[in-house]
Amino acid sequence: MDFAVAFDAAREALPYMLGGVIWTVGLIVGAMLLGLFLGVPLAVMQVYGPWPARKLVNTHVWLFRGIPILVQMYIFYFGLLSWLSQVPLLENLGLDSPFVAAVLVLGLTSSAYQSQIFRGAIQSLPAGQLKAARALGMSDAQAIRSIILPQALRLSIPGWSNEYSILLKDSALAFSIGVVEIMARMRSVASATHEPVSMTFLAGIIFFVLTWVGVKALNMLENKVRIAGYTRQGAV
Amino acid sequence: MSAIDIEKNGDVPMLEAVNLVKTLGGNRVLDGVSLALPKGCVKVLIGPSGAGKSTLLQCLNFLLPPDAGHISLEGRRVNGGSKRELCAFRQKVGMIFQDFNLFDHLSALENVRVALIKVKGMSKLEATERALAELARVGLKDKATLYPANLSGGQKQRVAIARALAMDPKVMLLDEPTSALDPELIGEVLAVIRDLAQLGMTMIMATHQISFSASLADEFLFMDKGRIVEQGSPAELLGRGSQSRTQSFCAKISELTGVAGEACELGDIKA
Repeated sequence: MDFAVAFDAAREALPYMLGGVIWTVGLIVGAMLLGLFLGVPLAVMQVYGPWPARKLVNTHVWLFRGIPILVQMYIFYFGLLSWLSQVPLLENLGLDSPFVAAVLVLGLTSSAYQSQIFRGAIQSLPAGQLKAARALGMSDAQAIRSIILPQALRLSIPGWSNEYSILLKDSALAFSIGVVEIMARMRSVASATHEPVSMTFLAGIIFFVLTWVGVKALNMLENKVRIAGYTRQGAV
Repeated sequence: MSAIDIEKNGDVPMLEAVNLVKTLGGNRVLDGVSLALPKGCVKVLIGPSGAGKSTLLQCLNFLLPPDAGHISLEGRRVNGGSKRELCAFRQKVGMIFQDFNLFDHLSALENVRVALIKVKGMSKLEATERALAELARVGLKDKATLYPANLSGGQKQRVAIARALAMDPKVMLLDEPTSALDPELIGEVLAVIRDLAQLGMTMIMATHQISFSASLADEFLFMDKGRIVEQGSPAELLGRGSQSRTQSFCAKISELTGVAGEACELGDIKA
């Protein structure tokens, strides 16, 4: 392999590859947020809900943790969403776009994983927190909103940064249904230039940098919202 | 006697529990406990660990819903099945826990203020003023901005008391308020409790601070195996020559701590 040629090819391909970053970032931001907004209520339901709600959450978690993301993408993109996008009222919502399918699949899967991060955090709080809130006359909803979740979400950040780095790499699977993110671009450049090795390295480096930036940002968030008197090593 | 008759007599207890039963994990932890707390009265629960003191206190505000029996506040029976009614009832019944249960993510001020805003619907300004007044009452106004992790145990418990008092409770339930404290920090918490009693707060307290509570209590309730087995004024139960179980229990504690002994000597027992 001629390194100079490979390097030049990579440098030339860089702008095009970086164009994929916007899609990758769109995928993970969408999926993380969807996962967050579903995951928090799922976790609350699983801990405090009546048994039918708990059962429902369990089923959701089993399904989305149990089915490979690639399989889900096919089911959503070629099946469910392409069918839904032909329903008269839904036809203009863009449900047949691969990006939408990928965000949905990644977000729903992430909601299953995130719900378990939040559940663990909620259950790690001392039972006395909820008791004290109830003893003051708070309803369970008030107690969960203003006492339990503010503490549990802080404790969830380390698990959340884990989830971010996993999701980021799972997002590469979206190339299989035609989202032109980093991985998809890597493959097309690789076949056009016959430089698969350097292009693969380049994609790897871009993913690594994205992981690093995101995890760093979440570390900063963790520091910023840390409860006074606590250190990274726990309570002082 | 019906509730109306009692009211006519002006004799209706602030808080009354009738025949409370609670089974936890197959054990009958409360086995038919009844008690009445007249307004301004201080009753003290003592007894060996596992006797059901803590369960009783938590049943009194439905943190543990009793399996049978009922509870009345000022003669009105509380419907434990109605969430709305429970929240209203609990506002009037302050609770102090052994391990404080301050909200770790909130400063002392916010701990006291949060329920005023969320539950009582006060404005932030109004709630802050009230919270600062309560913190001043327990001598902690200058610690208002500190978080629980930066407070001593005694200070945490005083913040917890301020938090409960801010809700204007009619009754206070105190579940071993000093048991988790280092010995040198107990005094500051007991002083606050004594102030409350002197202001006429209706209270029931589980404690092992025999000598302190003997000077404060109108009545001792000795619990064992889920029942109240003895009750009476500290003087009756602890006085010289008393053969009560309370007496022998206190003597046993005093062997360990040397504290109850003073009380049993009838130093400053409330008659």
